Amino acid sequence: MNIYDVVFYLFAAITLVSASFVVTTRNIVYSAFCLLFTFFGIAGLYVLLGADFIAIVQIMVYVGGILVLILFGVMLTNKITNIQIKSGTLQLAPAVIATALLAATLIKVFLGTEWKIVKTEATDKTTAFAIGRLLMTDYVLIFELLGILLLVALIGAATIARREK
Amino acid sequence: MTEALLLNISLAILLLPLLGFVTLIFFGRKIPGSHWLETGIMLLCLLLSVYTGFGKLAYYVGQNLIMEGRWIQFWNVPVLGQIQMDLGIKLDNLTVIMLFVVTLISFLVHLFSVAYMKGDARYTRYFAYLGVFTFSMLGIVLTHNILMMYIFWELVGLSSYLLIGFWFEKKSASDASKKAFLVNRVGDTGMFIGIMILFTHYHTFTFDAIFAQIASGNLPFHSGAWLTAAGLLIFMGAVGKSAQFPLHVWLPDAMEGPTPVSALIHAATMVAAGVYLVARIFVMLTADAMLTIAIVGMVTSFIAATIALTQNDIKKVLAYSTVSQLGYMIMAMGVGAYNYAFFHLVTHAFFKACLFLGSGSVIHSMHHEQDIRNMGGLRKKMPITYYSFLISTLAISGIPFTSGFLSKDGILAGTLAFGSLTGHWLIPAVAFLVALMTAFYMFRLVILTFHGEPRDRHKYDHAHESPFVMAMPLALLATLSLFFWYGANPINPGTGWFLNKWVQTPHTVVPQAQRFDFMKTETTETEVEGNNKAVAGHKVAEAEYITHSEHYMHAMHQAHYPAMILSLFVGGIGIFFSFMMYHWKKIDPDKIAGSIKPLYNLSLNKWYIDEIYDATFIRGTMLLSKFLATFDNKVVDGIVNGTATVTRFISRASGIFDNVVVDGFVNFTAYLSGLIGIFFRKFQTGKVQTYIVMVVFSALILLFIFRPFF
Amino acid sequence: MVQVGLNQFLIVSTILFSLGIFGIVTRRNAVMVLMGIELVLNSANINFVAFAKFGNFGLSGQIVALFVIILAAAEAAIALAIVLNIYKTFATVNVDEIDKLKE
Repeated sequence: MNIYDVVFYLFAAITLVSASFVVTTRNIVYSAFCLLFTFFGIAGLYVLLGADFIAIVQIMVYVGGILVLILFGVMLTNKITNIQIKSGTLQLAPAVIATALLAATLIKVFLGTEWKIVKTEATDKTTAFAIGRLLMTDYVLIFELLGILLLVALIGAATIARREK
Repeated sequence: MTEALLLNISLAILLLPLLGFVTLIFFGRKIPGSHWLETGIMLLCLLLSVYTGFGKLAYYVGQNLIMEGRWIQFWNVPVLGQIQMDLGIKLDNLTVIMLFVVTLISFLVHLFSVAYMKGDARYTRYFAYLGVFTFSMLGIVLTHNILMMYIFWELVGLSSYLLIGFWFEKKSASDASKKAFLVNRVGDTGMFIGIMILFTHYHTFTFDAIFAQIASGNLPFHSGAWLTAAGLLIFMGAVGKSAQFPLHVWLPDAMEGPTPVSALIHAATMVAAGVYLVARIFVMLTADAMLTIAIVGMVTSFIAATIALTQNDIKKVLAYSTVSQLGYMIMAMGVGAYNYAFFHLVTHAFFKACLFLGSGSVIHSMHHEQDIRNMGGLRKKMPITYYSFLISTLAISGIPFTSGFLSKDGILAGTLAFGSLTGHWLIPAVAFLVALMTAFYMFRLVILTFHGEPRDRHKYDHAHESPFVMAMPLALLATLSLFFWYGANPINPGTGWFLNKWVQTPHTVVPQAQRFDFMKTETTETEVEGNNKAVAGHKVAEAEYITHSEHYMHAMHQAHYPAMILSLFVGGIGIFFSFMMYHWKKIDPDKIAGSIKPLYNLSLNKWYIDEIYDATFIRGTMLLSKFLATFDNKVVDGIVNGTATVTRFISRASGIFDNVVVDGFVNFTAYLSGLIGIFFRKFQTGKVQTYIVMVVFSALILLFIFRPFF
Repeated sequence: MVQVGLNQFLIVSTILFSLGIFGIVTRRNAVMVLMGIELVLNSANINFVAFAKFGNFGLSGQIVALFVIILAAAEAAIALAIVLNIYKTFATVNVDEIDKLKE
């Protein structure tokens, strides 16, 4: 029982509890804020996995960008005059059964597989440098395409959401 | 005058009346005076038969002339082998005499009918019917085999039916004609069975062939009992046709027909056909058969004579008198007096025809009055009729110098001889009693009709003598009733040519065991033999006239004079009593009738024989037919209706099954499809989230099926 | 407690994944469905990064995770733009009420 495990369990708990709140609460705003906590928990898990750069990117993009966007969506698509912004559930029973079974099956599969685990040493170097170099060498095509993709998404979103004159 | 000529002429005599019948039936209305055509044909037949008779009796008196041809030939009949049926004509003395009698009386009746039936609506058809009757009667007389005789027998019955029911608008006339035909049919059934017995054994219908076989010892089915049976069954035909007891009931009713018809058919010819048949089969009758025949004749003559005593219709008296005289002839055949029986047939034909035509004349002049109680004193108004009637009555009563005396005397002598030879004394006793009654009621008829004071003045004033065509036949027939036609001796007929040369009793062919004792063959018998000659297809047979056995001839001679004296005595008594009761009115007939009331009623009501037949046979047949009709209605129709009901029930059940089960099944299938559809429709929500759940489930299922992980 | 290894990270990501599916399937509001989608993407990311650490992949897993994050962002933007459009058209963002193809 080392500190690593405790921290892991802590972050896992945060993530999972928040995620469960995200999907069960009826209030959209609660749901959005629990999503925030979920992202933070995931970022913590990234750190534990030695992906510091990804963790930061997660927080920057997800929390700072996507979550804000979601909050914008929430605010823009609901009647603000109604204080209680509630939402109902659909087909609860089949969903529970399906997801429970799914989770159970997948976990069983994971636990039953013999993974070839390669232990990597923990370094004190940040991964940003390595990722940066990989991006410019091995994955430069994808990098460029993603740029174009982001451009297209930008234009597209703007086009879709603009007000009709 | 060859045999071939005689045979061809007799064939012509047979066919000419048929030609007349066909002509009159089809063209009668269109040819004016066609009744004279028919009468002329009859006259021609009469002349031809005179010619034939003369030729036969003068030149061929001892021979029989035969012409025959094959009609039907069956080559191979199972069990029986070869069968052939021939047609043929046989001329023997009996035949030519009968030819003459039939054609003469037919011609005279034709003449009489020209005036009697004048004004009738179906005038020409009447003459046509007379023609077909004459044809049939000549067929019976001429034929040489018993099958042809049966065919013509039936034809005669048919003609009688047509003529009795000539005025068929009257219900009594049509009923009488039906009765005549049906009663005759009863007799004909027996005759047919008898014919078949003979044919089954001998395979031939020809008389001569059958008699030759019997003579050589070949009995039907090898027993004398069958021979008796065959003879008696054929005699049944005679019982029917000649109105013997118990089938005599049709003859009085047959008086519904026109009076000339009664004269022709029911006095002279058709009823004589029965006697002729017995004459033909005489040689094969055994002693038992002959005794039965004699008794039948005796009973018949007695019953008819008793009924005739009280009848008041002129034709009914004559009808019962006919039945009684026929009984005489049959009785004579039965006791073996063959030649006298035939003699009586000939004489009776003439005087009975005269009596009937005379009564027709009376009825015609009295404007169809037939009850003798309303007549009287007609002798002054109708002399010719009266004298002819009187002569015929004298003949029937057996008064000397008439032909009837000779024949009746012979019959009585025959019965006396029979009684003395065999001990059956009842037969002659009854015969003499009947002679007494005959004389009585005939003279009663004459007195009430012609003598005394007229009881119906009005009709009497209008009465007149009949025209020439009606009076001439009467006179001619009366003349024929006198004695000199048959032999020179008015007392003893046996010496005359009729009985001596022309008609002789044939030798019986029955085996010795079946004969009367007096007919058994004696060594003193002589036989006349002829020889065979074949002449171009016509065969001349051996003569078979052999004299009686000595015993019988002797007995007849002995009985002859006692019979004559006795018959004169009883005849005189009868005439005396009738004069006493009806002319001199010394004895009151009503008082006598009252004193023996039950017997009087029995006589007046014909011995209730018709009523007995009605209660037994007629009722029985009606019950049977009613039962069968009910059976047909209830059971047969019931079965048919039941089948229909069952079919309807089955179809209804099938319909219900079709509606409920089949439609139900079809509907259930649709309902099931609907249910499944409704169930599965719930999956198609149109929402992506539902589909995602399904995808997850499907993925899990695939995982578990393919198990890529374990 | 067990020594934390690959399995634990995988378990966490699995549970997160099923929770994300649950959210997509159950939620009525379109934005909440988007939140579920984000959860699913994140669980996949955790998987990638975990295998980058415990497998023989070098840093490829982290690169992919990076790309996934970028794509998620782009997709969220577009999706929310669409939701806004839907809100404009239907005046509601309840997924079961958006059932017409045309106005």
